[in-house]
Amino acid sequence: MGAHAAAHAGGHDSPPELRHHFVDLPAQREASTLGMWAFLVTEVLFFGGMFTAYVIYRATYRTAFEGASNLLDIKLGAFNTAVLIMSSLTMALAVWASSLGRKNLIILFLILTILLGGIFLGVKVIEYKQKFEHHEVPGPHFVVPLNEKTHQPLPPQSEMFFSLYFCMTGLHALHMIIGIGLLTWLIVKARRGAFTTRYNTPVDMVGLYWHFVDVVWIFLFPLLYLLGRHTL
Amino acid sequence: MPFVPPQASSFAPHVDALYGFMIAVTAFFSILIGTLVVVFAIKYHRKSPDEVATEIHESAVLEIAWTIIPVGIVLVMFYWGAQVYFRITRPPADAIEIYVTGKQWMWKIQHADGHREMNELHVPVDRPIRLTMASEDVIHSFFVPAFRFKRDVVPGRFSTAWFEATEPGKYHLFCAEFCGTRHSGMIGWVYVMTPPEYQAWLSGGVAGESLAAAGAKRFVEHACNTCHGDQPGARGPSLNGIFGKPVRLQGGGTVLVDEAYIRDSIVNPHGKLVEGYPPIMPTFQGLISEEGLLQLTAYIKSLSPAAAPGAVTPMPAAAAAERKPAKP
Amino acid sequence: MSATAPDETPRVAERPNYLNTGYGVKSWLLTIDHKRIAILYLIGVTFFFAIGGLYAAAIRLELLTPAGDVFQSETYNKLFTTHGVMMVFFFMIPGIPGVLGNFLIPLMIGAKDVAFPRLNLLSWYLYIIGGLLALWATVHGGVDTGWTFYTPYSTVYSNGWVVVTGVGVFISGFSSILTGLNFLVTLHTMRAPGMGWTRMPLFCWSMYATAIIQILGTPVIAITLLLLVAERVFHLGVFDPAQGGDPVLFQHLFWFYSHPAVYIMILPAMGVISELVTAFARKPIFGYKFIAASSVAIATLSFLVWGHHMFVSGQSVYAGLVFSILSFMVGVPSAIKVFNWTATLYKGSVSYQTPLLYAIGFIGLFTFGGLTGLMLAALGLDIHVHDTYFIVAHFHYIMVGGTIMAYLGGLHYWWPKISGRLYPEYWSRVSAWVIFIGFNLTFFPQFIVGYLGMPRRYHAYPEEFQVLNVMSTAGASILGIGYVIPLVYFAWSMRYGKRAADNPWGATGLEWETPSPPPTENFAVTPTVTGRPYDYLTGREEAAAG
Repeated sequence: MGAHAAAHAGGHDSPPELRHHFVDLPAQREASTLGMWAFLVTEVLFFGGMFTAYVIYRATYRTAFEGASNLLDIKLGAFNTAVLIMSSLTMALAVWASSLGRKNLIILFLILTILLGGIFLGVKVIEYKQKFEHHEVPGPHFVVPLNEKTHQPLPPQSEMFFSLYFCMTGLHALHMIIGIGLLTWLIVKARRGAFTTRYNTPVDMVGLYWHFVDVVWIFLFPLLYLLGRHTL
Repeated sequence: MPFVPPQASSFAPHVDALYGFMIAVTAFFSILIGTLVVVFAIKYHRKSPDEVATEIHESAVLEIAWTIIPVGIVLVMFYWGAQVYFRITRPPADAIEIYVTGKQWMWKIQHADGHREMNELHVPVDRPIRLTMASEDVIHSFFVPAFRFKRDVVPGRFSTAWFEATEPGKYHLFCAEFCGTRHSGMIGWVYVMTPPEYQAWLSGGVAGESLAAAGAKRFVEHACNTCHGDQPGARGPSLNGIFGKPVRLQGGGTVLVDEAYIRDSIVNPHGKLVEGYPPIMPTFQGLISEEGLLQLTAYIKSLSPAAAPGAVTPMPAAAAAERKPAKP
Repeated sequence: MSATAPDETPRVAERPNYLNTGYGVKSWLLTIDHKRIAILYLIGVTFFFAIGGLYAAAIRLELLTPAGDVFQSETYNKLFTTHGVMMVFFFMIPGIPGVLGNFLIPLMIGAKDVAFPRLNLLSWYLYIIGGLLALWATVHGGVDTGWTFYTPYSTVYSNGWVVVTGVGVFISGFSSILTGLNFLVTLHTMRAPGMGWTRMPLFCWSMYATAIIQILGTPVIAITLLLLVAERVFHLGVFDPAQGGDPVLFQHLFWFYSHPAVYIMILPAMGVISELVTAFARKPIFGYKFIAASSVAIATLSFLVWGHHMFVSGQSVYAGLVFSILSFMVGVPSAIKVFNWTATLYKGSVSYQTPLLYAIGFIGLFTFGGLTGLMLAALGLDIHVHDTYFIVAHFHYIMVGGTIMAYLGGLHYWWPKISGRLYPEYWSRVSAWVIFIGFNLTFFPQFIVGYLGMPRRYHAYPEEFQVLNVMSTAGASILGIGYVIPLVYFAWSMRYGKRAADNPWGATGLEWETPSPPPTENFAVTPTVTGRPYDYLTGREEAAAG
C-alpha cells in the first residue's frame, strides 16, 4: 500500500500529459511514434490492395484504361497536387511551431492546412460533378466514353477504370476528411495551450498522418492521370 | 471399407503412391513425437513436490540437425509432388477434345462431333481426353475422384485439363467449388467404355451439329469474316492454320495461339494485338455467350489441321503496302 | 519462485484487485484496464464460439444421412457459412490475443498496462460491433457464400446478407489491427528494466510475431471486403467477369490475408504451449532462441504461400511450383518448435495437471495435422483433395486440435491468476479427455471421406460416405459435451472455487510475482529482471548439491 501511495504522491509532480502507464514523457513519445508509423504501414497495405488491382487491370486492358485516363482533367489534378504539397508544408510548419509552443503560429498553420485540404476536396467535388455530367460514373447510367482523338467508343472495360478511379480517390478523400477532423481537434487543443516545448506529440503524429495522405496522392496522380497521357 | 477411390485413370496410381509415402512420413513422425512426449511424461513424472529437474544443455548441433533433416524431407516431397503435377498438367497432343460448360446447377458436355450430354460424360478407355471448360455464371469445379481429376471452371476464361481413363466403369462426377443453392446437386457420372461400347454409344443417339459447324455459323453471324478473310489487304489476320502456332505481337513478344488466346482476342482484342494490324477490332465482351465462345474456338481450331510447330506467321509484305489507313 | 500452497484463506483474498475495484456496468464498459478488457473479450469470444458451435451441430446433424432432409439447401449453405464466419473472425482471430494476450502481456513484461489502453477498449468495441452486425445478418436470413466470399457468386448471385456480413467482418478487422499495433508497441517500448529481447517470455515472442501479421495482413482483407461490398452495392465489376473483372484476383487478394490469418490463429497457441511445457516440466525450455526465431520465421514466410489455396484455380504451373515449395518451407519452423517442446519434457519433472494434458494433446494433434498440411503443399496430391473433406479435416486438426486445445490449456493455467480461484481438477481432467476423444472421432474420419472424394460444402452426399459421416457426428456430440463442462466449472469456480495462491504452480514469470488476482496497476514497483527466462534450476542445483 505504501509504495502505491508513494507513486501517487510522486504523480502530482509528473507532467499532466504523462499517461500513468508510461515511465516518462520520452517513453510515451517513443511509443506514440512507433504506433503511428506502424499504423501508417497498415494504411500502405490498405491502399496497396487497390493499387494492385489497378495495376493488374491497367496491364490487361491497356487501351481502355489509357483512353479513360486521358479523359481526366490533368490541370485540376496538377493543381490539386500542388495544393496538397503546400498543405504538407503548412503542416510541417505547424509541427515546428508546436515544438516551440507558439500557440498562435500553431493555430495559424493548422488553419492554413485545413484550408488547403478543403480546396483539394472542393476541386475533387468539381471533378466528380464533371464525371457525373459526362455519364462517366459506373453503374446503370454509365455511357462508354469516346476516345478524345478518334471519337470512337472506348472498349467497355473503361468502366472498370472509372470504378477504380472512384474507389481510390474516394478512399483518399475520406482519409483527407478524417485528417481535417483531426486538425480541427488539434486546433481546439492548441487553443487550450496543450502544446508546449515539453509536449507536442499529437501535432507530430497528425503531421505524420497528413504527410502520408499526401504521399498516397503523389502515387495516385501519376497512376491515374499521367501514365499514357500522350499515346493517343 | 475402402480408403481410396477406384484408380481409374493413368495418374491415379501416381497420386496414390505419393499419398502413401506422405501417410508413411506422417505416421512415422506423429507416432514418434506422440510416443516420445507420452514416454517422457511418464518416465519423468514428478515424484515429489520438491523434485528438481535435470538441466540439459542447449545444443546448436541438435537444432541444426532437426532443421536440416525436415528440410531434406520436404524437398523430396516437393519434388515428388511436382513430378505428379507435371504429369497432370501436360496433356498429350493427340487428346480427344471435349467441351464442358458449367452452369448453376448442371454440367453441359459437348463432344466435338456434336454429341451433347447433360451431367454425364461418356469417354473411351485408354485414350487421353482433354476438357476445355467454361462457366456461364459462377465458379464451378469439375471433379472426378476416381481419376484424381479436378479443375476449377472460372467464368471469364477457358479452363483446360486432361485425363486418360484406364478402367471401364461408372464414376462419380462432382462439382467441387461452392456455387450456390444446389451445389451438392451438381453431380453426375462419367462412363468409361471399351472401344466397341463407345462405338455403339457414338452411333446411337442424336448427334447434333458439331461445335465447329455451329462456330462457323456464328463466325458469319457476328461478321468476323468481314475482317478475318483470306484476301490480301484483309483488315484482320487470317485464321487459317494459326491454331497451335506462335504469332508476333505488337510491341514485341510472341504468344501461342491456344484456346485462351482466341477467347481473349474476342472479348479483349486490344490486349494482345498481332503485329502489323491496326487496333480496330471491336470487343465482344458481353455480346457472345460462353457456349458461343466455345463454338467459335472450336471452329477456329478446325481451320488448322495439325500444324508444324515453331513457324511464326509472317505478315504478307504486299498486304502491308496496300493496307488502307484506319477510318477516323 | 517456490510453490506456495495452492489455496489461501479468505481474508488474504479481500485485497483490492482489478476485479473488485469498482462494480457496475459502467466500470466495466468504460474500463481501460487491460485485464478487464481481457475479460470482456473472454465473454465475447465465448458467446461467438457458442453460436459457431451451434451451427456446427446443425451441420453434423444434417450430415447424419446422405439426403438433405433436415434443412433446405439454401439454409444448409447458410449454416456452414455462419459457422465459418463466426468461428474464424469472431472466435479464432480475436481469441487468444484478445483474452490471454491482453491479460498477460503487460504482466509478463512488468508493465502497468498496454501502450494504448483506450485504443485497446476501442478494439473490443469494434470487435463487438462487427460481431453483432454479423449476428444481425444471421438472424435476419443469413449469408450463404461460404466464409471465403468467392466472386462472382457473392457479388452478383447470392441472395443473402453479404454486405452486412462483409461490413461486420471489415469492422472487426480494425479491432485486430488495433490489437496488433498495441502489442507491437507495448513489447518494443514497455519491457521492464533488464528484460532484453532474449529474456522475454516465449508467449510474448509469439504475440509479437502475431502482431506483425495482424498489422501487415489485415488491411488487405479490409480493402478486399470494401471492394466486395462496393461491387455488390454499385455493380462496379472489379471482380465480375461479365464486366471484364477477374474472380481469381479476388481469390489472390482474399488469400493474401487469409493465409497469414491462420498463423494469427496458431502462433499465440504455440506461445501458450511453450509456457505450459516449461512450467509443467519445471525446467528451462529447450532451445529458447530457436523457438523465438521460428515464430518470426513463420510470420515472415506466412505471407509468401497464399497461392496454395488456388492450385486448381488456374494459376500458372510456375506459380504453383513457387507456392508449393514455400508452403513446405513454412512447415519447418513449426517442426522445430515441436522438437524443442519434446526435448523440454526430457529429464524434466513432469506434473500431470490439466494444462499439461492440453499441451500434450496439442503437440500430438498439431504434429499430425501439420503433417497433413504438407500433403496439401504437394501439388500432385492437392489437386485431388482440394475442396474435399480432407481439407476440412486438416484445418480443424490445427485450429481445434491445435489452437482451441492450447487456448483451453492456457485458460486453465492462468485461471488462478485471472480469477483468483482454482477450478476443480477432477472435472478439468475429465473434460480434457472427453474433448480429445470427441475431437479425434469427429475429424479423423473426415480425412478418409475426403480422400474418397466427398466434396466440402455438400448438403447431400452419396450413400457410400454415410458410415464415416455418422462417426464424425458421433464425435461432434462428444466434443460438444467436452466444451460445455469447462464452461460450467469455470463459472462455478468464480463463486465457489478455492481461492488461489499467488503462484499455485510454482512457475517462473513476472505474472506469477503478482497477487492472484492482480491489482489494477499490476506492480506496485516496476520489477527489474536479472535472471534468464524460465530459470527453474538456478539455485536449486546449488541447493541440491549443497
